[in-house]
Amino acid sequence: MVMSWIWTGIAGISILCAIFNGSGGTLAASVVQGAQAGVTLAISMAGSICLWSGAAAVMEAAGITGMLSGLLRPLLHRVFPSTVKDTVLSQKLSANICANFLGLGNAATPMGIQAAKRLKRGDSATNELCRLIVLNTASIQLIPANVAAVRAALGCQIPFDILPAVWVTSFFSAGLGVAAAWLLGKVWKK
Amino acid sequence: MTDYLVPVILFVSMALALGKKENAYDHMLSGAAEGLRLTVSILPALILLLCAVHMLQASGAAEVVSTLLSPVFAFFGIPPETALLVLVRPLSGSAALAVGADLMARYGVDSAVGRTAAVMLGSTETTFYTISVYFGAAGIRKTRYTIPAALFADFIGFFMASWTVRWFFHT
Repeated sequence: MVMSWIWTGIAGISILCAIFNGSGGTLAASVVQGAQAGVTLAISMAGSICLWSGAAAVMEAAGITGMLSGLLRPLLHRVFPSTVKDTVLSQKLSANICANFLGLGNAATPMGIQAAKRLKRGDSATNELCRLIVLNTASIQLIPANVAAVRAALGCQIPFDILPAVWVTSFFSAGLGVAAAWLLGKVWKK
Repeated sequence: MTDYLVPVILFVSMALALGKKENAYDHMLSGAAEGLRLTVSILPALILLLCAVHMLQASGAAEVVSTLLSPVFAFFGIPPETALLVLVRPLSGSAALAVGADLMARYGVDSAVGRTAAVMLGSTETTFYTISVYFGAAGIRKTRYTIPAALFADFIGFFMASWTVRWFFHT
């Protein structure tokens, strides 16, 4: 429903702006151009998306997810103290973070929801649950395959040259996001 | 060095899977099929949203938005051209992809704006969608400080995307 309002709003605002700027001709042409750009983009992205979804599936089969969760455990105990006692929670949480890390969004969400259910007490979000959500909205990805696919589709020679910038950015946004959640958890009423 | 990154990742994953006596190629194949389904599932949204984005650009509305927000963006060192992307990113994943792809096409994939848009897309999530999925599934009604903290993380993402592109590409 939100998208219906957004789309209608965009069309309305565009018409108003076009009348004001006298750019009706360009607006008319842009409607079909945009639709065609959508098809072109999706088709040129398909190759990279398939390749990386395939690679992600292989990484999971190769046990890379399991190795990562081993490395992650000490950090996990600090951010989510409940995982020290609850081993099932610990597994679900590390599986969620690792799947996000490898770009397996579809695998990450069910794990994360199971972890959220174990962390929940009553109908109010606990501090640890808030941290879990912030970690999931901040997105830490090893290979941002979809973005690389867009760049490749648009003729970029080295679509992965943004990787270091993405890693540093994700590290800061997830780290400072969790830090902000930790601080807010101290002052916010239950 | 980075030239070898992608082929080596692919090779190491396959070799490790083979080492565990897994049928690596079959896993890759089913993953690729999943990828194709994903592409098909985002195609209709991509068409409609790129249509909307092109209308915003052609009518001059996108320019109005970035001009209005440019003082705030300039203060933090975020390119004002990315204003539309920053606004839609927390709301809709496919809309953000459409806006980002349009920015990359318009300014060039290797331009500062194009790269910043790419890093923003790669290092942030559809915040409101994620929050509603998690809290909906877990049955939480009081979200407390989750939304401000998550939006703060998004802001840091947009901010750092602009600066890391400057640092790593000297633009």
